[in-house]
Amino acid sequence: MAIEINGKSYDTDEEGYLTNLSDWNDQLANEMAKADGAVLDENHWEVINFLRDYYEEYQIAPAVRVLTKAVGKKLGKDKGTSKYLYELFPYGPAKQACKYAGLPKPTGCV
Amino acid sequence: MASKKFLYVNRKAPHGSIYAQESLEVVLIGAAFEQDVTLAFVDDGVYQLLQNQDTAGIGAKNFAPTFRALGDYDVSQIYVERESLEMRGLSKEDLMPLTYEDEDDDWAEKDSIHVVSSDELADIIEQQDVILNF
Repeated sequence: MAIEINGKSYDTDEEGYLTNLSDWNDQLANEMAKADGAVLDENHWEVINFLRDYYEEYQIAPAVRVLTKAVGKKLGKDKGTSKYLYELFPYGPAKQACKYAGLPKPTGCV
Repeated sequence: MASKKFLYVNRKAPHGSIYAQESLEVVLIGAAFEQDVTLAFVDDGVYQLLQNQDTAGIGAKNFAPTFRALGDYDVSQIYVERESLEMRGLSKEDLMPLTYEDEDDDWAEKDSIHVVSSDELADIIEQQDVILNF
C-alpha cells in the first residue's frame, strides 16, 4: 500500500503504518487522519509529538498502558487517562496515534 | 487472570543472533499484559546491558535504549550474575543505569539492576512459575 501526496508516494504496510520512519511529515499525518475521517487538532498533535519523542529516546512505540502513564507524567494528569486518549483516538490511542506519528505498531498489539 | 511469575534468562551477546532482541520484545509484551516479569542476564548476556553501545559499524538496530523503557513497563527486577561479569572483566559501573519509579512506596527513582552471585540467582530461578531461555 502507499499514500500519495503531491505526486510523491509513501510506502505503508497492509495496515497503513509507514514503512520508512524517516519519510514522515506533518502532511502525511493529516492525510492518514483524513482517510480515517478525522481532523487533527493541537491535542492530537501533542500526543503524536510525544510518541515521536518517546520512539526517538527508547526505540519503541509504547503499549497503551505505558503511553497513558507517560502522557500523564509529561502532559499533565488530566491527559493521562484512557478516557481522554480514547476520545482523541477512538481506534485505540496507541495504535492510531502511532500510525499518524509514522511509528511501527506498538509492541504487544495484535 | 492470576498473574504468573515469568523469568526471562538472557545468555547471548546483543548482536550476531536475534535472541537478545526477540527476548526484549517478548518481555515487553508479557509486561504489557501485566505479568510479573523478572529478567536475568548471565554468560555473554551481560553484554546486552553495556553502556554506550554503538551499532553503526554493523548496520544493526541499536535496541539498547529500549532497556531504559522497562521501568515504564513496571519491570523492576533485573538480575545480573556477578561471576559472568567478573569473567569478562566487567562490573556494574560498565552497565547502563536502569531505574523504575516506586509507585508502592515513595515514587522515588530506584535502581532496577541487582548484581547477584550464581547461588543467589539459583534461588531466584527456584521461585518462578515460567522460565524462558534466550
